[in-house]
Amino acid sequence: MPEAFKFELVSPERLLVSEQVESVVIPGAEGEMTVMAHHAPVMTTIKPGVVTVKTAQGKEERYVVFGGFADIVPAGCTLLAESAVAVGDIDRADLARRIQEAREDVADAKDDQTRSKAEQFLSQLTTLEGAVLPA
Amino acid sequence: MPSLKDLRNRIASVKATQKITKAMQMVAAAKLRRAQEAAEAARPYSERMGAVLANITQAIGGGGEAPALMTGTGKDDVHLLVVCTAERGLCGGFNSQIARLARDHIRKLLADGKQVKIICVGKKGFDILRRDYAALILERVDLREVKTLGFVNADAIAKKVIQLFNEGGFDICTLFYSQFKSVISQVPTTQQIIPAGMPSAAAEATDGGNAVYEYEPEPGEILSDLIPRNISVQVFRALLENAAGEMGAKMSAMDNATRNAGDMINKLSITYNRQRQAQITKELIEIISGAEAL
Repeated sequence: MPEAFKFELVSPERLLVSEQVESVVIPGAEGEMTVMAHHAPVMTTIKPGVVTVKTAQGKEERYVVFGGFADIVPAGCTLLAESAVAVGDIDRADLARRIQEAREDVADAKDDQTRSKAEQFLSQLTTLEGAVLPA
Repeated sequence: MPSLKDLRNRIASVKATQKITKAMQMVAAAKLRRAQEAAEAARPYSERMGAVLANITQAIGGGGEAPALMTGTGKDDVHLLVVCTAERGLCGGFNSQIARLARDHIRKLLADGKQVKIICVGKKGFDILRRDYAALILERVDLREVKTLGFVNADAIAKKVIQLFNEGGFDICTLFYSQFKSVISQVPTTQQIIPAGMPSAAAEATDGGNAVYEYEPEPGEILSDLIPRNISVQVFRALLENAAGEMGAKMSAMDNATRNAGDMINKLSITYNRQRQAQITKELIEIISGAEAL
């Protein structure tokens, strides 16, 4: 049985999760990573995706996050999400709206750099949509 | 001297007013609880944000890598004031206090020959500032339709501010809001959000110790992502505190109004009763003196 550590998922509106967990899978900006106890200190931004939390009781919970960043220290992991919801509660219309906004951002982008950023964000969102919503 | 009928009507109308203020007080109390909960729920995020920010600025070491949003433009010629007030009145001196603070600030800046721009959040502040400084108001953010304040509302305001900054619209941005101390005390406060300034060493995260962090991607990149978000968080916090403060102020204002109405009813009732007595006495005297004359 792996050692448990403290995991916190915080959105600006509220504290979603604060409990002892075994492992957390985070959609980091440079690839997914699994965090377990005694992880080396890392700070990373996260892209829109699914956070999978395995609690100390062995339950698995999944949350959808839209960007943010994670602060990982050996003693625990704090995930500051721009907005986060449990996968079960995701609102299809809300996701569709975000994708629509991202499309508009791509269309509005003035220079190549912002356009490529917006396109990247859009593709992350559409991947996310495919992952959490059964077609 | 008002007639008995006038007095009766008057008492009835004050009673109706009292019922309304009483109801408003109870509504405000319920909303206050919710607003307070929202403000408390938002606290962990801003605390963590502060800790992370302190940590990362330490990593960069305050070098030239820090983004302009943090260091500022190096000038202080053009000031942007974001004045957050309530959408509704009937909450005592809440709105006028914030507006007064903003007005004093504006006057001082103008006297120093600085240029001032204003963004009003909330209708009441706009109404007050429009009287004197209509030309300086860039924009008015309307949150009237918003039932529960979300991070998106704050984010929209912050985005506008940042965009303006990137276009070189101003050098220093200050946020005006009312700090929620308790139900009976709200303190109008100013907070400079751009340039953000370096977080003080005291706020540094302690749980990581002096461990060497790995950053993904580069610290500078994270920081440039983080700072705009931090501004949104600050605005969000200000809005939440304002919402709680507004409800607190409204509650005590309505409590006062209810009590005043009660006093007034008492006074009017006494006058009414006296007058009624006087009339009865007068009628009796008339009857008795009529009987004596016979």
